[in-house]
Parts: sequence; C-alpha cells; structure tokens
Amino acid sequence: MGMAILVDGDTKVLCQGITGSFGALHTKGCLNYGTRMAGGVTPGRGGEHDTNDLPIFDTVADAVAGTQATATMVFVPPPFAADAILEAAAAGISVICAITEGIPTQDMIRAKSALRDFPEARMIGPNCPGIISPGRRVAGEGADAKFEGGCKIGIMPGYIHLAKHDAASGLAVGVISRSGTLTYEAVWQCSDLGIGQTTCVGIGGDPVKGLGFIELLDMFERDRETDGVVMIGEIGGSDETEAGAWIKQHMSKPVAAFIAGRTAPPGKRMGHAGAIIGGKDDTAEAKMEALRGCGVSIAQSPAEIGATIAKALGLPPQ
Amino acid sequence: MARLHEYQSKALLAQHGVAVPEGGPASSAAEAAQLAARLGGPVAVKAQAWVTNRAATGGVQFAQNPRQAEARASEILQMRFGNFAVTEVLVERMLDIHNELFVSVTIDDAAQAPVVLLDLHGGSGIEGRAESVQRLPVDTHRGVDAQALRAVLGTSAIDADLHDDVASAIEAIVDIARRYDARWLEINPLAITSDGNVVAADCRMTIDDYAVFRHPQLPIEIARELDHPATQLERIAYQVEQADHRGTFYFAQLPTDGVEGSRGLIGFHGAGGGGSMMSMDAIARLGFTLANFCDTSGNPSAAKVYRAARIILAQRGLVGYFGSGSGVASQEQYHSAYGLAKAFWEINLSIPAVIRLGGNGEDRAVDILHGVGRDVDSVSAPVEGYKKDDTPAFIAQRFAQLVDEAAGRAWTPRPRRVPAFVDRAYHFPIHHATVWIDHEHCDPATTTFVVEHSGGLLTRRSNLPVLAVSEQTVAGMDSELVALEVECRLAGRPVVFLDLPIEGLDNDAVV
Repeated sequence: MGMAILVDGDTKVLCQGITGSFGALHTKGCLNYGTRMAGGVTPGRGGEHDTNDLPIFDTVADAVAGTQATATMVFVPPPFAADAILEAAAAGISVICAITEGIPTQDMIRAKSALRDFPEARMIGPNCPGIISPGRRVAGEGADAKFEGGCKIGIMPGYIHLAKHDAASGLAVGVISRSGTLTYEAVWQCSDLGIGQTTCVGIGGDPVKGLGFIELLDMFERDRETDGVVMIGEIGGSDETEAGAWIKQHMSKPVAAFIAGRTAPPGKRMGHAGAIIGGKDDTAEAKMEALRGCGVSIAQSPAEIGATIAKALGLPPQ
Repeated sequence: MARLHEYQSKALLAQHGVAVPEGGPASSAAEAAQLAARLGGPVAVKAQAWVTNRAATGGVQFAQNPRQAEARASEILQMRFGNFAVTEVLVERMLDIHNELFVSVTIDDAAQAPVVLLDLHGGSGIEGRAESVQRLPVDTHRGVDAQALRAVLGTSAIDADLHDDVASAIEAIVDIARRYDARWLEINPLAITSDGNVVAADCRMTIDDYAVFRHPQLPIEIARELDHPATQLERIAYQVEQADHRGTFYFAQLPTDGVEGSRGLIGFHGAGGGGSMMSMDAIARLGFTLANFCDTSGNPSAAKVYRAARIILAQRGLVGYFGSGSGVASQEQYHSAYGLAKAFWEINLSIPAVIRLGGNGEDRAVDILHGVGRDVDSVSAPVEGYKKDDTPAFIAQRFAQLVDEAAGRAWTPRPRRVPAFVDRAYHFPIHHATVWIDHEHCDPATTTFVVEHSGGLLTRRSNLPVLAVSEQTVAGMDSELVALEVECRLAGRPVVFLDLPIEGLDNDAVV
C-alpha cells in the first residue's frame, strides 16, 4: 500500500491479554475501526474464542503460526508485560505495541537489552496510546464514521483521524508524540484543517522505550506519502533536542513541534543528577528554542499545533 | 518517584555492605540529645527533608556535645523547606573527611540503561560542575564497567591503596540501585576518611513507582513522587485510588507559598497527562495558583471522578474549580460529568466551576453540567461545560471572568449533604457504596422515571423501583447509578442517592 509507515490496512494484528477488560474493550475498538484483528493470546485459554469470535492462543508463537499476524498490542499487566514483549519478539512479530502503563523500569531495561537479538522487532511504547495509519472514511460522520483500509493498534479514538485520501488539502503528516492526550488534540486540529495523517505514533512517556523520535522521523522522511511531521514532546530527558539536531542534518520535510510542560506536574525532575542529566536544556522553553534553532516550526500553545504545521506545509491561513 | 529519607536509604546501604556513619533518626530534640550522648563526641544533625542544598539553608548543623545537639535539633525541627515541614532529624557521628566523591546511579534515557555519574570532587555545588562529571555505562548483566571505573580513579588524588575499596563501594551502590529498583541513588559525598575508610556520608534514594509493589518492606506510603511527606488529603486520595482500579486517579497538593500577588488558588482537575499539562499552562499563565494537581483519566468510573472532586474541594480558600484535560478523550465523558454533578450538589458548590470534557459523549457531558449549573438547589455559583473545540486558553479566560464576577469569594470546605431518607429507605450495597431509594416519595410516575433511567438495573414491583439484577451484577455499576441519581434530581424527582463514602473525609458515612 505504501500509504503509511510500520502498519497499514493489510497488517494482521494480535492482542496479548485479549481476555482482560482493557484488552477486550480495545480489541473491539480496533475491529470496529477496520483493523485486521487476527486473534489474541492469553496463556491457559488457547482454543477458546473471544466475544468477537477471534481465536485465542496460549502463546504468541501459536498465534503467529495460526494467523500469520505481524503486529501485536500488549495489554498484559505490568509485572508480566516485559516478558510478553520479548515473547512477541521471539515469535517473529515485527511491530510490538506496548500499551501497558506501569512496567517497572528495570524490566524494560532488561527487555530493551534482550530486544537487540531481534533486530526485526520494532517496539512502540510502553505506556502509550499506540499507532494508527488512518483508513478512508466510507460512511457516517464523527464518532459514528466507518473506515476502511486503515490500521488502528491501540486505545486512541479512531474517528478523529483523517486519511490522506480524504484530506481536503491533499496533504498528510506523520505524528510522533510522547503524550497520549495531546496527540489526539494535534490530530484533531490537523483533521479539522483538512490535513491528513499517514501514521500517528504515540511513543510513550516512560524513560526506557521502543522507537524514538529520530527513528520515526527517518521513516517519515523516507515515506513518499508523508508531507511533513508533527512532533509533540515533553520536558524531561534530551530526546527532543537530539531529534532537533537530526532534523537539521537529515530532514527535508517540514516539521512542527510543541513541547508540553511549562507548568510541570510534580515528579518530572529530581535530585542533583536530574540537573546534570537533563542540564539546562531540560525545560520546555529551552527545548523549544533548541528545536527552533534547527529549523523546526514551534507551536507556542497546544491550540496552535494544527495551524503551525499548516503554515509550515505552505497552506494558506484559515 | 517515591522517595526515601536519608536514614532509611542509609539503612539499606549498610545492609548491603556500604559503610555509613554511626547514628539514627530522632523526632524530638530530647531524643537527638540522647543519641548524641550515646554516640559520644561531635555529631552532625541533619534535617530529613527531600530538598537539595540543606547545608546552605541551615538544615545540616554540627554539635560538639549532647546539649548543643539538642539545641540544633530543636532549631531544625521547626524548619520548613517549601512544602516540607521537618519532623525528623538524623543524628550521626561526625566524619573526618579526607576526600569526597560524587556518585549517582540513574537511568540514562539516551542510552536506555543505567549510568553511574562520578565526580572526583563531591560535596555541594555539584550541579555547577556538570562538565567534569564522568558517565560510566552500566551493563544490565555485568554491572558498571570496571575498567572505566579504575581509569577514572587512576586520575584522582585518592591513595592508590584505597582504589579497591572505593571501586567495591561503587559496585555495591550500583547493585543496591538495581536490587531496590531505584530510579536515583545518589551518594554525595562518598567520603574517604582520614583513617582510610570509604563511607557514604549522605544518601538520596528514589524508588521506581512502577516497582514499589515488589518492595513491600520499604517505608513507602504513596508510590508517587512528592516534594513533601504525604498530606492527609493525599493519603485519602491514594486510598481511593487503591480501592478502585478503574482508570487513573492522581492527586497531589502543590506548594502555594507564592499565592500572594496571585489571582487566587484554584482546584485543578485534569484528564490525561499531556492535556492536563497544557491546561495547567493555560490557567497559570493568567496568574492563578494551582492548589493541587489531579488527573482522572483512562476510563475512570463516575464514583472515582466524584471522589476526586470531593477531595479537591476539601481544600480551603479556592476561588474556583477548573477542570480541563484532553480535549479528545476516548473515555465516555458523561460519566465524569455525572460524577462532578453529584459532588457539586452534595457540597452545594459556591465557587465558579469551568469544566472542559472534550471527547466521546461530550454533548451529553456538557448538557449535564449546564443542568447542574441551572439548578439552584444544586449549586450557588456558575457551572459551565465546554467541549473539544473550546481551547484551554479560551476556557481559562472564561474562568477568570467568572472568578472576577464572584469578587473573591473563597471556598470553605463543608460536609456533604445527605438526603433525609438515607438510613431508613430501601437500599442495597454496591462496591464501596450503598444505594438508597426513597420509596415513600415514589409515586407511579416517579417509579416509571427511575426504572426507565436505570439501564435495566431496577424494575417495578408493587409500583416501586427495586433491584432487578443480582447484587453481584450491580456491584460495579456505580457509573450507571450515579447517572440515575443525577438525572432524577435534575428532573425534580430526588429519590435516589448513592452513599459513596470517602474514608477519612466523611465521618458521617452511612453504611
């Protein structure tokens, strides 16, 4: 198809933890969006079917053998989630979307280190809303719309997204975000302005995670259908500033960014080492300034993300 | 991240082979004097507070004898660091320090692995020397890079005979960080004493919130980062969260020292981290001070949102209630609206409330809020609801306008209203709550209304609404029942009431 990165309408998807309340709820949501959900995994429940009549398997390996799925979304509870991610990688899954919030950092450090043995496996998250390559709207409006040819893996509301095919501007952006809820805001604004999305990826807010800004920027740069990128960062860490340096060197497409956290909720920085690790770059203002210096268009407020990328794409103001 | 006190983390160090100065905690000046007497000789008296720079602000003092220790402790125990009132001091034997190192183990988010930060000159002001701090990578399996560590020590002024001991101490510190799921473990300084011992003179440790469940033995009350010991309201909120895992509920009180010159304290209720941050930015930019941070998201039940609102409104002096988070939430927002509506009625809210509930079901959510706002029996101040197309900046402006019109009326927490029929009416239990239905006032039309709005949970028997399903089935249906209560009240038929007690807040809980 080539209308997106990582996943598209042909991607077959599993749900690990399909019999849990969250796994079941969002499996249904993905099915309703038109995702090709192929089955689920719950140890001890192999051979059964879920409420959508999808087959349940005991292991990811069984599920891959039985369904040829290449992607998975992980809703497994925190103490077991890191093992579930590695199980998926070992079974040959190439896109592992870890939705679970609260996986111990040490577990993720070990998982991340073990994932080096599976270079084909790309992890998204954990603690993220997931990934979506929007499908074309075929019927209905707003929250009741029906879509085709898309792939939603995760918990985001599907209907706010707009496929390039349906976009009045004829343009589409890639979206990369550390924030769950701000991603939805940004997508909604873009859709509202007639700017479609090729793929939106919530990379998650945890310190040890899968795909980061730079890997995804690279994919969007190479993707023919993607006309620009929206980046949403937060205070904490140096990912955004490093992404800025990468953009300056390698990116030909326009990039718009917003950094959340002028008023940081408690718990984003701590101790002496916080100041040393993050340095003076670890504020929203400093990050925005650094990105601006790398040629990125900066949205001063989250309400201006859509307008900022529209301008960067050369669209007339609305 | 959950923090430990210095004396608590030093106990872990000692348990795992890192030497610490002899001493212990005291919560009164007399206790400090006794400790000093037992230790003999000069002692350090150190405020147990989660702040940096204690030394510069008088939080660390020295005493030559027990009488001085008593006086110093008495002084320190009256100190406040921001939001943190000191309640304990650590009294320990003075060290004769020859060299000081800065050692910190943390997670390097660029390397996605632990890292040791090492500086050959420890002590205060380390932030200013960030350039000279060495970073030693830590392998998940092999620990800290021993060669790199030796190389750094080789450049130091530390006696070569002691390099083995220093390296062992650093390796032990890395191991303790891993063993206890520390997000930060900072020893500043790691002291080399004149008689050649390697001693952790100070210690700060924070534990990964996500891993606290693995360490029940650690003295962590709330698995969250706070810059102060948990307040009573934070403890109450944490209990609410632990009792109900449907959705996230996070509540923390913020320092309000800068409230002078501010446009006033506000109760903040967000939904979703990123959306909440942008809403906090919007309201702070207009000069308001947030009394708290609160987040209910990820499909919280109406009961949870209700309890969150009650806890926010247990704070004194608020000039308004500002609710705004994600504009495009994937949760059904009317559940949240019903939870808020119930809370606002129970306490007869008398400060303006502006609530943005964008996302699924937002039209219904806004209708509910406006219904409450129009109902003079429910509230005595404006309540306004907004949707995803209304930006946080816009509703923050609107909020400011309503607060100005209210001319500085500030909130005094009051006990909740409980209808008179509670205690004697028809009732049945649900999880952590009781549902009461006032059969005495159920005329046939009211019964019809109640049954119709119960989503199949109630049925008509002898012309009265009664439970139609098993108690087990109804136990988790608080969202539906809160909706029923609010709909009945707004329709002028206030015959349903959910008693959703909050442990520690409602002494009038009726069970």
